[in-house]
Amino acid sequence: MSAHKYSSVQNIDNSTPVVDRNLKPKITARSVDVFYSGKQALFGVDLEIGSQTVTSLIGPSGCGKSTFLRCMNRMNDVIEGCTVTGTIKLDGNDINSSDVDVVQLRALVGMVFQKPNPFPKSIYDNVAYGPRIHGLVSGSSETDEIVENSLRRAGLWDEVKERLQEPGTGLSGGQQQRLCIARAIAVSPEVILMDEPCSALDPIATAIIEELIDELRENFTIVIVTHSMQQAARVSQRTAFFHLGNLVEFGDTELIFTNPREQRTQDYITGRFG
Amino acid sequence: MSNENRDHIVSSFDTDLHKLDNMIAEMGGLAELQLRQSIQALCMRDVAAAERIVPADKRIDALEEAIYEFTVKIIALRQPMADDLRIVISAIKISSIIERIGDYAKNISKRAIGLDENPLMDGALNSLSRMGELVQEMIKNTLDAYIERDANKAGDVRKRDREVDMLHTSLFRELLTYMMEDPRNITPCTHLLFVAKNIERVGDHTTGIAEQVHFMVHGEMPADERPKEDNSSSTFVTHEDGKNLKEAE
Amino acid sequence: MNDTIMDSGLRPSRETANIVRRGLKKRYAAEQRFKLYGLLAVCAALAFLVIMLGNIIYKGHTAFIQTEVKLEIYFDEDVIDPTGKRDEQTLRGADYGRLIKTSLRKQFPNVQKRRDKRKLYRIVSAGSPFELYRMVQKDPSLIGKTQAIWISAAANIDILNKGGIDTTRPETERRVNNKEISWYENLREAGLIRADFNTRFFTAGDSRDPEQAGVLGAVIGSLLTLAITLLLSFPFGVMAAIYLEEFAPQNRWTDIIEVNINNLAAVPSIVFGLLGLAVFLNFFGLPRSAPLVGGMVLALMTLPTIIIASRAALKSVPPSIREAALGVGASRMQVVTDHVAPLAMPGILTGTIIGMARALGESAPLLMIGMVAFIVDVPQSPTDPATVLPVQVYLWADSPERAFVERTSAAIIVLIGFLVCMNLTAQILRQKFEKHW
Repeated sequence: MSAHKYSSVQNIDNSTPVVDRNLKPKITARSVDVFYSGKQALFGVDLEIGSQTVTSLIGPSGCGKSTFLRCMNRMNDVIEGCTVTGTIKLDGNDINSSDVDVVQLRALVGMVFQKPNPFPKSIYDNVAYGPRIHGLVSGSSETDEIVENSLRRAGLWDEVKERLQEPGTGLSGGQQQRLCIARAIAVSPEVILMDEPCSALDPIATAIIEELIDELRENFTIVIVTHSMQQAARVSQRTAFFHLGNLVEFGDTELIFTNPREQRTQDYITGRFG
Repeated sequence: MSNENRDHIVSSFDTDLHKLDNMIAEMGGLAELQLRQSIQALCMRDVAAAERIVPADKRIDALEEAIYEFTVKIIALRQPMADDLRIVISAIKISSIIERIGDYAKNISKRAIGLDENPLMDGALNSLSRMGELVQEMIKNTLDAYIERDANKAGDVRKRDREVDMLHTSLFRELLTYMMEDPRNITPCTHLLFVAKNIERVGDHTTGIAEQVHFMVHGEMPADERPKEDNSSSTFVTHEDGKNLKEAE
Repeated sequence: MNDTIMDSGLRPSRETANIVRRGLKKRYAAEQRFKLYGLLAVCAALAFLVIMLGNIIYKGHTAFIQTEVKLEIYFDEDVIDPTGKRDEQTLRGADYGRLIKTSLRKQFPNVQKRRDKRKLYRIVSAGSPFELYRMVQKDPSLIGKTQAIWISAAANIDILNKGGIDTTRPETERRVNNKEISWYENLREAGLIRADFNTRFFTAGDSRDPEQAGVLGAVIGSLLTLAITLLLSFPFGVMAAIYLEEFAPQNRWTDIIEVNINNLAAVPSIVFGLLGLAVFLNFFGLPRSAPLVGGMVLALMTLPTIIIASRAALKSVPPSIREAALGVGASRMQVVTDHVAPLAMPGILTGTIIGMARALGESAPLLMIGMVAFIVDVPQSPTDPATVLPVQVYLWADSPERAFVERTSAAIIVLIGFLVCMNLTAQILRQKFEKHW
C-alpha cells in the first residue's frame, strides 16, 4: 500500500456509522426459553440481529450461545426432548409458527458448522446439492453457473476449478470450511449462521475466512458464535455476551470490548473468570 | 465498576499490571520531588541544589521510555481488553504528561540558577511557594487516584486546579506592577513570570492526568468542561493601576 | 524448584524413570504372551478349518467322476417303435433295457446261468434305459442304427473302478463278487471302461440310484428359496431399520420393539419353521414344500439380522453429515435417501449377505414345512415342490448306500462353493459402494 501524500488526504469521511440503525432488524428474538428434557438452557433472551451486519455471540462453554444460534434455523427441532418457547421472527414472520415450513426456513437461513463437514461427494455436487433439492436450478448450465458463483464468493474457485469432480473430503481443513460456506451460499440464503467456524483451522485459514465474512457482510446477515474474543472483536459489528443461559449484554462490538456496561461482561473479556 | 478483588486467571498478567503501576508511581514521585526541590531552590536561592536537579531529569526521561516499551509489550502479548486496555493506554499518556512535568521542574531550576544571588520580591516568592505546594499536593493525589483507580479522587484534584489558576492570575498582576514600578525589576520578574507559568502549566497537566484516570475508570472523559480560573491572558495592567497600587502600599 | 515438585506429591523425574524401567520387562513379557495366545488361537482355528475342508474334499472329490461302460447298442426299431410313427408315448414306453441286455449278452457270451445273467445286467446303472430313451428322444434318427454308447456303470462297479472296494477281503464281505470283478477287468482291458466327469451330478435331480442322482434340483430349489428370502427380507428389513433409526420417536414403544428384534435374532430357527407350518401351510393353505413358503419362513428368520445390521450401519454414519444436509434445507427423507443410506450401504449389504448365507445353510425350519420329501423333478417355479441343498445333504447322509457317502460330501462342496460365491459378490458390491461414495 503506498503512502498518501499528506496534502492529498482530504475530506476524511467520518459520517458513515459502523452500524446503520435505520435498517429494520433481520431477526428479532423475544423471551426465548429453551429446555433440554425439562432442564432450562436459555432464559428469556431478547435480541435483535441487524441486516447486513455481523453479530457475534460470545460467552463461556455451556452458556447457551450455540443453543440460541440453532434456534434461528430451528435445528433444535431435531434434538429429542428440546422445547423452544418465545418468539423468533425473521423479517417479521414467526419462524416457529405452524405454517412455516422448516425446510424452506433452512433455505433462507443457512448454517456453517464447527468442524467442516462437506458431503462425501464431489466438490461440484457438494455445492449443487442445495440448489438441486430446492429446485433452484433446471439444467446443467444453470447449475454450473451457481456452483461457480458460490465458489467464487467463497474465495475457493481458483483453487478448485480444475478439480470440481474430486471428492470434497480431499481438501484441506480451511478449504473444506470454505466449501461448506459455498454450499451454504449456493441456495442464496438471507442469513448465514456460523457455529465457531474457525475453531478447527490454523491462523492463516482463519484469517482467510474472516476476510470472507467481511466480504459476505454486504449481501448477507451473519451471526457467528465464537470462543475467541479476538475474533469477535475483529469480525463483528455487534456482540452479544451470554452467561449461564442469560443474555448479559448486547451492544456495539467496539463498546463491548473497550467499555462494557456489565461487570460480568468485563470479567469475561479480561480473563477474570472462565 | 471496580475490580479490587478480581484477579486475572493468568496471574502473570496481574504481575505485569502491578509493575506498570509501580513504574508510574516511581516516575510520578520523582517528578513531584523535582518540582518541590526546584521551587525550594528558587525560594532559598540555593544554586547548588538547583544544579543537581537538572541532570536528575534524565531519570524521568528514562522511565518514560521504559514505560512506553513495557506497555507496547503488554499490548502485543496480552491483547488487553476493556478496563485492562484503558489502564495500559492511560499509562502511556500519563507517563508522557509526567515527563513534561519533569521538564518544567528542570526549567524552573535553570531559571533559579540564572537568577543566582539577585534579590527577589518576597511576596512573589511566597505566592510561588504556595502555588508549588498546591500543585505538589495535586500531583500526589492524582497519582494515588491512579493507583487506587479512584475516579472521585481524581475529580477532586480537577477542581483544585481553580485555586492554582487564581493564584497564578494574581501573581501575574503582582509581577506586572513590580515591573512597572522599577525597570530594574523587569529581568527577575520576567523570569518569575515564566516560573509561575510553568507551575500553572504543571497544574493543568496534573488535571490532565486526573481526567485520564476518569477515562480509565469510566471509559469516557469527564463530561463537564475543565474548570478554568486562569485569567492571566486577559490581565492588563495600565500605568494608572500601577500608580494606584503603589499608592495603596 | 525441586522442593516444590516434591511437595506437590510428584516424584522427581529420575526416580520415575527407574521405576518405569524396572516394570518394562514384565510389561513387554505380558505383551508377548498376549500376542502368542492370539497367534495360537488363529492357528487352531485355521487347523480346524483345514481338517474339516480336507476331510470333505477327500471324501467328496470322487463323486465328480462317473465310471462309464462302452456298449454297442443296436437301436432295434421293432423294440423301440414298431408302429414307425415316432410318437412320444411309444418312444417313452419302449423297453430300452432289452437293448442293453442284448448288448451285454453279446459282450459276454459265456455267461449262461440265469443268476449270473441278472448280475451281468446290473453292471450298468439301473437308469441306463432312461439314458437311452433320452438319446433317442433327442435324435430319433438313431433308431435302426448301431452305435457305441457310453453308459453309466452301476454304483458298485463305479466304486470298484475308483478303488473303493477292498478286493483282498473274502467274497462274502464284499459288495462285488469275483465274477463281477472279472467282468470288470475284462471290460477294462478291452478299453470299454472310462472314468468321466460326472456332469449328471450337476444336471439331474435326486434319484434312488446314486449314479443317477444330482444336485440340480436342490441347487435350483435353494436359488428360488433364497431369491424369495431376499425379495422379502431386504426391502422390509432396510426400511424398518431406516424408520426405527431415523424417524421413530425415542419412547418406551420403540425400546420394546428394539428389544424384541434383538431377541428374535437369537430365536432357534426351527421355531420359524413351526410358525411357517402353522400359519403359511395350515392357515393360508400355501403349497407344501414350495420355495415360496421356504423363502417366507427364511425371510422371517433373516429379517432381524438385516434390521440389526442395517441399524448399526445407519448409526455409524456421522451425525455431522445429517446436520450438514439438514442445514442446507434437506427434508428428513432427503437426508436419508441422499446421504445416510448410501453411506450406510456397505454395512447394510454385509448384514444382508450374512443373513443370506445363514439362510442358505438352514435346514431345520425347512424340514418343518415339508422340504424333506424326495423330489426328483427340478422345480420350475417357486410354487413347485422342491428341496434345498442342506436338506439334500441331510437326506443323502441318511442313506446307507456307499455311493451316497461321496455324493453327500460333494453336495457339501457345492454348498460351500455357493457360500464362497455369495461372499465374493458381497465383497465386490462393498468395494463398489465404498469407492463410489
